[in-house]
Amino acid sequence: MSTISSWIGTLGRTAGVLAVSVMLATAPANAAGTLRIGMTANDVPLTWGQPDNGFEGFRFVGLQLYDGLINWDLSSSDKPSGLIPGLAESWSVDPDDQTKWTFNLRKGVKFHDGSEFNADAVIFNIDKQFNEDSPQYSARQASLVNFRMPGFKSVTKVDDYTVVFETTTPDSFFPFQICYFLMASPAAFEAAGSWEEFAKNPSGTGPFTLDVLTARERAELVPFADHWDETRIPKVDRVVLLPLPDPSARTAALLSGQVDWIEAPAPDAIPRIKSSGFQVVSNVYPHVWSWHLSRVEGSPWNDIRVRKAANLAIDRPGIVQLLGGYAVEAKGHVTPEDVWWGSPSFELKTDIEAAKALMAEAGFSPENPVKVKMSISASGSGQMLPLQMNEYIQQNLAEIGIEVEFDVVEWQALLDIWRAGAKAPQANGSHGINVSYTTQDPYSSFTRFLRSDLAAPAGVNFGYYSDPEMDALLKQTQLTFDPVERDAILAKVHTKEVDEALFVWVVHDVAPRAMGENVKGFQPAKNWFQSLSSVYME
Amino acid sequence: MLGYIISRILYVIPISLGVTILAFGLVHIAPGDPLDAVVGADAPASVVEKLKADYGFDQPIPVQYARWLGRALSGDLGRSVTNNQPVVEALATAVPNTLMLALCATFLGFIVGASLGGLAGYYQGTWIDKVATGFGVTGVSIPHYWLGIVLVIIFAVELRVLPATGIGPGGSAGWQFDWEHIKHLILPAITLSVIPCGIITRTVRATVAEILSQDFVQALHAKGLLNNSVMLHVVKNAAPTVLAVMGLQLGYLLGGSILVETVFNWPGTGYLLNDAIFRRDIPTLQGTILVLAMFFVVLNLAVDILQTLIDPRMRRT
Repeated sequence: MSTISSWIGTLGRTAGVLAVSVMLATAPANAAGTLRIGMTANDVPLTWGQPDNGFEGFRFVGLQLYDGLINWDLSSSDKPSGLIPGLAESWSVDPDDQTKWTFNLRKGVKFHDGSEFNADAVIFNIDKQFNEDSPQYSARQASLVNFRMPGFKSVTKVDDYTVVFETTTPDSFFPFQICYFLMASPAAFEAAGSWEEFAKNPSGTGPFTLDVLTARERAELVPFADHWDETRIPKVDRVVLLPLPDPSARTAALLSGQVDWIEAPAPDAIPRIKSSGFQVVSNVYPHVWSWHLSRVEGSPWNDIRVRKAANLAIDRPGIVQLLGGYAVEAKGHVTPEDVWWGSPSFELKTDIEAAKALMAEAGFSPENPVKVKMSISASGSGQMLPLQMNEYIQQNLAEIGIEVEFDVVEWQALLDIWRAGAKAPQANGSHGINVSYTTQDPYSSFTRFLRSDLAAPAGVNFGYYSDPEMDALLKQTQLTFDPVERDAILAKVHTKEVDEALFVWVVHDVAPRAMGENVKGFQPAKNWFQSLSSVYME
Repeated sequence: MLGYIISRILYVIPISLGVTILAFGLVHIAPGDPLDAVVGADAPASVVEKLKADYGFDQPIPVQYARWLGRALSGDLGRSVTNNQPVVEALATAVPNTLMLALCATFLGFIVGASLGGLAGYYQGTWIDKVATGFGVTGVSIPHYWLGIVLVIIFAVELRVLPATGIGPGGSAGWQFDWEHIKHLILPAITLSVIPCGIITRTVRATVAEILSQDFVQALHAKGLLNNSVMLHVVKNAAPTVLAVMGLQLGYLLGGSILVETVFNWPGTGYLLNDAIFRRDIPTLQGTILVLAMFFVVLNLAVDILQTLIDPRMRRT
């Protein structure tokens, strides 16, 4: 019996230690004014100037540590956010030579290291992306951003506060392109000796500076009190950025009080989050969840009746419900409030009878279905709930005689297929692809998908769509430098796009974010990027 | 015995070479470009080619292997293609975190497993045996990532007594052996200990039961030894087997805690591997697999040598 006593004694002591440990534990205390954010990224976005991790990298690191020459207006939750002066006070295109853009730089702007922002700094940063012979050239940073300025030719210093950019062809989208190029301190790079070292102690002109960086674990940002725009000087003492890629882990971290704010809570967790006293903030932003259709020979989507029928068969309210209400039914590529909406006559709604009639006209029915194969992913940035949503659509389309087969691939593999195009072997004969898109700027929203010379692999016109009329409209937009006139032409592009049902559109995301009731002052802009300057902790 | 130890050490050389070939080759079998996951979606081909050349991905695979092996022998495992961090630096942060978690889990698993297994073996056929065996089977069968989520829901979300995620204030860089940090270790360690606990319970039970049925135990009883003294002999006889199993379990935990580290955002080698897999970070993947595999090789070597030292029968063979 003494043996069993000793076994039980050991077990008892072990259990006792664990029990005492648990009893002693308390929820972590939060320092006043510290905002802790759980990001969806796997890692802290790169801090050396051009961030990785897509637009989340821009949102939490790029645009907090740095500024562009042109910034996005993130000050309002009501109006679509447009472009506003950043490190350039003004810019204009040369009326005699529309390939030349003059930027008048803001005076008196200091980098975090105290050095001055000027024309030399602009040239340094542009050379970093485009000039392979410059010591600061970084192929990795170039790979993250320079595709956004495809027509770049040169940049020239006129004086300390004036630079002139030259593009290969006239391009009215240039201001939208330059806003992704962030300005890092040349002096800090010189002191660091390499971008790897610079990343540990970066220096930009943004409203925050980097205080702590532990790869894959955390970044801590503190306010930059000398920011050139007083309205953007942060109110919080510190922002802690934590990569929490798993949605359950993010939700648990919020509910257990380890973070104050999480990005993209899982829709099924939102009721629980709300019932626990947290706020869920959302706002529609330039995002569209759609099926991008193949137009290569033999694709069933070449028949406009099939494309329109698919758009009429989808139960969008049901999908919004599936997403916990955190989505907006798509009426087109952009929302009806957008300046690029136009006046499409084809209305996206659920009308099964009309859809069936169109399918019958095309020679198909539920008994004699047309077969389509779609490439989709099980997860991915901006993809929302891709498997559940696609299966929902599969059922909707089966009702009208479209039999959908899915080729489910990993997210990166899906992007490979998207870049390679519908004709590529890796597309495996797919008739379309489900990649969600930004509609933040005209090029990202329309041009890259619809211009025939950007057919894969030259661009991401995945489906090899080609229409001379659309090409002409898109060319005209790039040659129209008056913003109002340009928007009017883009509205024509969108009208044509919807009326010809060039995509199967499903929903727009509204970017739900869950945060504690003590997080105040956040105004969700209608943008992929957000300002943290107005946020404070109560 | 010295000859045996030397021969075991010499065996490690071809095994290590094989490990390097597998660690390097396996990640190249996966389809797709090694840089697709890190370059921008519309990145021009010329920039991607330049980047490939920078990382040496433009060379034939055998050339890449030779260069990688040459660098690895001098302690350079390259740089991550995602965050440019030297792989050695990433491992220097991740390995101690995983080691700490794996040692705690193994220790917990060993204490609980050996106790339950000993009880079950000693009281074979009784309700104590049934309860302990049931626990062992449950431990082996339960998906530990699921258990991790359940523990998080109970202790972090509902009771709010333990943290749900991370390694503690300040991350790896600020780790200290104080309560603020140790409490982050509790849930992942318990979760990770469940499988070794189950395996050790079953192993110890079987070993103890077998030893108890041997003649020498009867002889010890006949000599009038107390139960405690008899158990001491049983434990000494069971130790080599249990040690071997524990060593293997520690090896598995060092390399196989991807799911638990991901659920708890524990910045160890499992988390590193998970990140590297999803972002196709080939240098990090290769370096981490190599280091983990070498851990396993060295651990097996240590267990073999330790067994030889404590078991005279093995010394004779």
